[in-house]
Amino acid sequence: MAETTAVAQKEAAFSFGKKERKLLTDPLNDNNPITVQVLGICSALAVTTLFNKALVMSIAVVFVCAFSSLITSMLRTSIPKQVRMIVQLVIIAFLVTVVEMVLKAFAYPMYKDLSVFIGLIITNCIVMGRLEAFAMANAPWKSFLDGVGNGVGYGIILLIVAAIREIFGKGSIGGFKIIGNTEEFLINTETSTIFGWYEPNNLMVLFPSAMFVIGGLIWAHRAWNKKLVDIS
Amino acid sequence: MADLANIFIKSAFIENLALSYFLGMCSFLAVSKSVKTAFGLGLAVIFVLGITMPINWCINTYLLSETGILGQDFTFLRLILFIAVIASMVQLVEMVVEKFSPSLYNALGIFLPLITVNCAILGGSLFMVSKEYNFAESVSFGLGGGFGWFVAIVAIAAIREKIKYSAVPPALRGLGMAFMLTGLMGLAFMGLMGIDLASF
Repeated sequence: MAETTAVAQKEAAFSFGKKERKLLTDPLNDNNPITVQVLGICSALAVTTLFNKALVMSIAVVFVCAFSSLITSMLRTSIPKQVRMIVQLVIIAFLVTVVEMVLKAFAYPMYKDLSVFIGLIITNCIVMGRLEAFAMANAPWKSFLDGVGNGVGYGIILLIVAAIREIFGKGSIGGFKIIGNTEEFLINTETSTIFGWYEPNNLMVLFPSAMFVIGGLIWAHRAWNKKLVDIS
Repeated sequence: MADLANIFIKSAFIENLALSYFLGMCSFLAVSKSVKTAFGLGLAVIFVLGITMPINWCINTYLLSETGILGQDFTFLRLILFIAVIASMVQLVEMVVEKFSPSLYNALGIFLPLITVNCAILGGSLFMVSKEYNFAESVSFGLGGGFGWFVAIVAIAAIREKIKYSAVPPALRGLGMAFMLTGLMGLAFMGLMGIDLASF
């Protein structure tokens, strides 16, 4: 008898119903961290010059966001209110250090490319914001899902922006040439691709273009999802 | 001395933390709705950057590096220690300011705690490490970077106050327009990038 109740409780703790699905999907559209909550912009602008960089960054943020939510939520009853910021920061900093060391060990060129921006995940407001707003008040499993959802919502915008910037700025995606001519074209003009007429626009690789692309995305998102338009 | 002035000008205008590196964008966009609040936050950032930069420099040089007092390479602890220093300094500064200068405390108000998660502060410290500045240079870099951030946020707040009265498409109003404006300001600041101070 005692065993069955224990099993039932365990199922309840890890259930995946409508509420849990909402936790995952809400940040993708109605409550997107970047276009609606305006959190974590700094890294979104800096790492989106190349698709691969953005992909690694998104994976890192999903990891940090999910596990910091999980850990904070497990400790939430024993963290004193006055020092909760520092405790949260230490948890995040620990996870980010793990990510940094893994990258350093297995993908050194990528680590060099991302430079300080891996470290800046610590101050990425999405992570901190979710800990403060959700994980401090909810059970571990739900907080974990919320962390994953917000990390993915952030990652999707990052990947869209990076894809736009790399295609128009370098004519390639993930290092793979799509539009514009490759270097071989200089030697043999017959290797021209269909989109060979396109001349890569260097402005798209520079910082300000990230602002314009995200601004445009916000415009499109709000025009499509009318309830997000703010009147102020 | 001329060297320090160069670093100050360079970090304030040519390598502006907000408009060239886009650091501290979250609070930059959230708090730039009016010039008054932007002014307060800008001052607080100058203050905190100017204080934490030298402290983090000391920690990095005397505690973490191989030539420091511990004699071993502890640089993997850099992130945790830097953020702990920033968080505790912000707390300390808040208490000291509250005790000795209530008027300044009221002016800075809620912005001091917000600064802990401003990436310009941590980013500044990390840049200082990667640029290998010495003590005096790191002070100059901190103050210059803070000043640049201050100028940028006050300027964007002034523009956003004016744009409230313009006919912006509804979906672009507010946040979307703020992004576009920051992009345009970033373009303008890129014009300063090619300046070589040594040639003057």
